[in-house]
Amino acid sequence: MILFVAVLLPVLAALWCAFPRSERGAPVVTASFIAASFLLTIWIAACTAARGQVVAVGDWVQVDAFAVVLMLAIATVSFGAAVYSTGYIAHLNPPPQRVRLYYANFSLFIVSMLAISVCVEPGLAWIAVELTTLLSVLLVSFADTPEALEAAWKYMVITLLGATVAVLGVLVLFWAQHAAGGTTFTYAGLAADAHRMNPVLVSAAFALLLIGFGAKIGLFPMHTWLPDAHSQAPAPVCAILSGVETSAVLYVLIRLAATFRAIPAVHADLWFAIFGAASLVAAALLIVQTHDLKRLFAFSTVEHMGIMLLAASITTAAGGIGLVWQMLSHALAKSLCFFAAGGVALVAGTTEIAKLRGLQARAPLVGTMLLIGALAIAGAPPFAVFLSELAIALAAVYAGHVWIAVVLLLFVGIAFAGMMGKVTSVVLGREDVHREIGRLPRSTAVVLVCAAVPVLVLGFWIPGGLAHLFSTAATEMVAP
Amino acid sequence: MNAQAFIPEINALICGFFVLSAFAMVVVRQIGACLGVFIAQSLLLALSAFVLGASPFSWHLYAVGIVTLLSKVIVIPWLLRRFVPGEIYTLREISQSIDVPTALLIALALALVGFVLGTRLVTAAPLLATQNVIVGLASLLIGALVLAVRREAVPQMLGILAMENAAFLAGIAIAPDFPLIAELAIAFDVPLLAFIVAILTRAVYRRVGSTAVGELAALREHPQ
Repeated sequence: MILFVAVLLPVLAALWCAFPRSERGAPVVTASFIAASFLLTIWIAACTAARGQVVAVGDWVQVDAFAVVLMLAIATVSFGAAVYSTGYIAHLNPPPQRVRLYYANFSLFIVSMLAISVCVEPGLAWIAVELTTLLSVLLVSFADTPEALEAAWKYMVITLLGATVAVLGVLVLFWAQHAAGGTTFTYAGLAADAHRMNPVLVSAAFALLLIGFGAKIGLFPMHTWLPDAHSQAPAPVCAILSGVETSAVLYVLIRLAATFRAIPAVHADLWFAIFGAASLVAAALLIVQTHDLKRLFAFSTVEHMGIMLLAASITTAAGGIGLVWQMLSHALAKSLCFFAAGGVALVAGTTEIAKLRGLQARAPLVGTMLLIGALAIAGAPPFAVFLSELAIALAAVYAGHVWIAVVLLLFVGIAFAGMMGKVTSVVLGREDVHREIGRLPRSTAVVLVCAAVPVLVLGFWIPGGLAHLFSTAATEMVAP
Repeated sequence: MNAQAFIPEINALICGFFVLSAFAMVVVRQIGACLGVFIAQSLLLALSAFVLGASPFSWHLYAVGIVTLLSKVIVIPWLLRRFVPGEIYTLREISQSIDVPTALLIALALALVGFVLGTRLVTAAPLLATQNVIVGLASLLIGALVLAVRREAVPQMLGILAMENAAFLAGIAIAPDFPLIAELAIAFDVPLLAFIVAILTRAVYRRVGSTAVGELAALREHPQ
């Protein structure tokens, strides 16, 4: 029951926005409902850490350790983004009707993402994934400029194309299980029946799901829409799209991985490693070339999806811990980056790197947070991403996949150099353009500072409950 | 002779028309006619569900057929007519990225690929209606081609919906007892999709002055 409440609470905020003249209260109402949902998620995480799982409707809606870590990441980033929106959207000063549309859409988008983490039936999970696309398209096009509309259109066409391919994959998986006499169509049920299923059908389902969901995750070479959509949307929406939406879809794929692994002929881990490495390499090289702060961070998302897929291809418990940890630390660090990039857009009116030289002198808070965010996401110590990436590299070495560790360290290094070169020129470069510098709204500044806290703290210390969730999640992944 | 013997033949005929409609989606130039092809295709999907559900009787497939009729034959065309400016439907698309004969040849090649893959799948597990899987896969691939060839917003999105039809044509054969709750949710999902697309198309029309989304190319890594 508590699961339904936590997931569906923001629907009430969306309903509130449906009333005429609700635009003045909409930001606060939305933020409060999402805050309530966030607090409930922490409670659910504590229950899961104690009991192993929380069940609402058995075999349909339930969470275990892996799911609850994802849910925690989604709820945390959404809460931050909701508060950040109050100042950010007001600063853009859109007409009242668009304010209501934004907040209603925002709440429903968060519901659809939370739904991914609680559905254990692949059909329902697919619907939740499709809804995340449909409910975020109008958020991407919020600016209503030709560029934003173009980004929204590309985003929609490519991810919906992926969704139709993926739905056939889900149906073929259902067929394979029923032909083998299985009945429980859940992640765990599929994994239990997997060894009896026909290898041809499972291979077909794997190919369809990897391509279909891969398009939505932003895996190379289906990543082309991602930098457009993740840079044109308003900053709080970017933080959610990049920080947690892509990971949530990756989660569905990894949940099904145990089924694919049961049949050696599918070579699931080999394909994970190939797509993971290709995405990491391509993104690292694109980061070096980009000229826009938000696109820089969007390419970094492609990079991190590659890293997570590489981690998934290491089938040991250590690899699993690295993957779950990376999922959470990426969500926190990436949202900080986009909050900072949004702050830059508010105070300087642009996110083009060449026009931002010497920002630090004019806007010290935004500049500092941008530097912290970039260091954190690029994998510098002492931030959370550094530890999780190190854990993945070590897990790869211990599992005997030295090449994964080599590719990982080499291209994370290239991406680090590319990203820091650009961000330091913004923050520390000599001021050569005198631009009008605006003020940062208070709520936006508060979120910006608060978002840096978990990124830093998790780099030193992981609470016992969270560490327990990580290790439980890793064992669930290896043997569901 | 009883009626049951005819069921595979009737279904094969429906599947034949279905793959024809997929080809028509590539060829037809007028946007209004494209919508007409989509409606006919959805009708065929519903018919196939009714025929397959007749014997052995399955109320489940009947439900799928009725929901398809409601959402794809009635609600979606109404939504598109209601929210997308009317003058778009009389447009003839001139600037396709590939000319029609080439596109047809590629579609033919894709259909062959679909047939080969589909045949491999249906030999792997016994099935009542093998045509649906083969035709569904071929039409799915052709639908992806529609997306690549078309530059106008409405035909592009009809391509996506045609791919969805193709996936479900295979689906009603391979997973006739797929959880109804999931199927119903998918059925409500599709009109939402059409609604969002229609809103976005209208916004593009208002801001850019046309709906040739294929020509939008402002976003890329441009060197300084």
